[in-house]
Amino acid sequence: MRKTAQSPTSYSPSTEELLSELVAHLRQNRTQLREEWARRITEAKLLTAMSKEEIFAEATAVYDNYVEALESGTFEALQAYARNLSERIIPRGVETHEVIGIVLLLRDVLARSLFAKYQTDFALLNHILDAYEPAANRIANTVAVGFVQERERVIREQQEAIRVLSTPVLQVRERLLILPIIGVIDPQRARQLTEQLLRGIRTNRAKVVVMDITGVPVMDASVANHIVQTVEATRLLGATVIITGLSPEIAQTLVTIGVDLSKMYTVGDLQGGIEEAERLLGYKVAPVSESSASA
Amino acid sequence: MEVPILKQGPYLIASIQSALSDNDLMELRDSLVNQVGKFRSRGVIVDVTALDVMDSFATRTLRDIAHMIRLRGAEMVIVGIQPEVAFALVRLGLKLEGVSTALDLEEGIFYLDRMTRLRGKEARTRAQ
Repeated sequence: MRKTAQSPTSYSPSTEELLSELVAHLRQNRTQLREEWARRITEAKLLTAMSKEEIFAEATAVYDNYVEALESGTFEALQAYARNLSERIIPRGVETHEVIGIVLLLRDVLARSLFAKYQTDFALLNHILDAYEPAANRIANTVAVGFVQERERVIREQQEAIRVLSTPVLQVRERLLILPIIGVIDPQRARQLTEQLLRGIRTNRAKVVVMDITGVPVMDASVANHIVQTVEATRLLGATVIITGLSPEIAQTLVTIGVDLSKMYTVGDLQGGIEEAERLLGYKVAPVSESSASA
Repeated sequence: MEVPILKQGPYLIASIQSALSDNDLMELRDSLVNQVGKFRSRGVIVDVTALDVMDSFATRTLRDIAHMIRLRGAEMVIVGIQPEVAFALVRLGLKLEGVSTALDLEEGIFYLDRMTRLRGKEARTRAQ
């Protein structure tokens, strides 16, 4: 049963022998222990997002990987599997506590089967547990860390996606930009928004910018001040900012927290803002029929 | 480093090429305030495109120069403030209050053209 390929581990030879005996035991009782584990998972109401069959299939795969890791003492394969598993189950809403819970359950199930097997020889049981526990703990650790890392990677990716999507600076006419802002502005996004706006003014040689915040539900003092600063910075570049779509809630908040709005040029809605900007730039937009009649 | 001041029609153009010491700034102030009278200029453009840092002394001096130029009967506009510089200034609370700004030299000249025309009109209505 014992494999010849022994990876470098810190265990003494006797520990390795114990582990290989342990692995043999786990392989022998694979079907029964697996079922026991899957049953305990369902009982503990973990992984409710998945069907019974799915749980059993994943349990089998985890079990085999687990035994493999115990035997070889290397965790790369398990780590890769944990990452892959996390990738599949995170979108389905599986929580961190569930993943840690099932790994700990497996640890318990296996430990109990060891108790049952070696109950007559207490000293041997002790030795077996000495070998089993550190390895099992490390496996639990690896799986949990893999899951959390995967989750963080997903979060980072999404943040990046939001960052890229969130602040388009659009030119609607020569020298006129619009900046529609949708969603909550946090300090990081506010900073990014300012950078993009100032750069956009320079590259498009803009004279007027309409900043539409219809889609912004709430605003706190620091973000409001940041917007005031942005307005002042645009002035230093020789451009004017018109802010449109301030909701009643935000208007109340801004006045209540006492943000200095005297330098803000506000117009009710986006349409009004663009009309005002056109006026500032000297455009006159008239319907075709009217202009041809007057011509 | 001395800042070259170019006369361009009715305007003076001071183009700052590199970071200036406090002394350079004061020299710039003195010569601009003098020359605006000497050449009977109607406007002054200070181009800061080449600056990627502006400290509080430079900002205050530029603001002072703008106010002095106005008292000498001309308009002043600062052009070419870099986006990063603009935001850094505002964060430090250096807002260049009461100073006109424009995107670049071309815009600055355009702005002065408009301002001096307005001033002329104002003067004419006052005279009537």
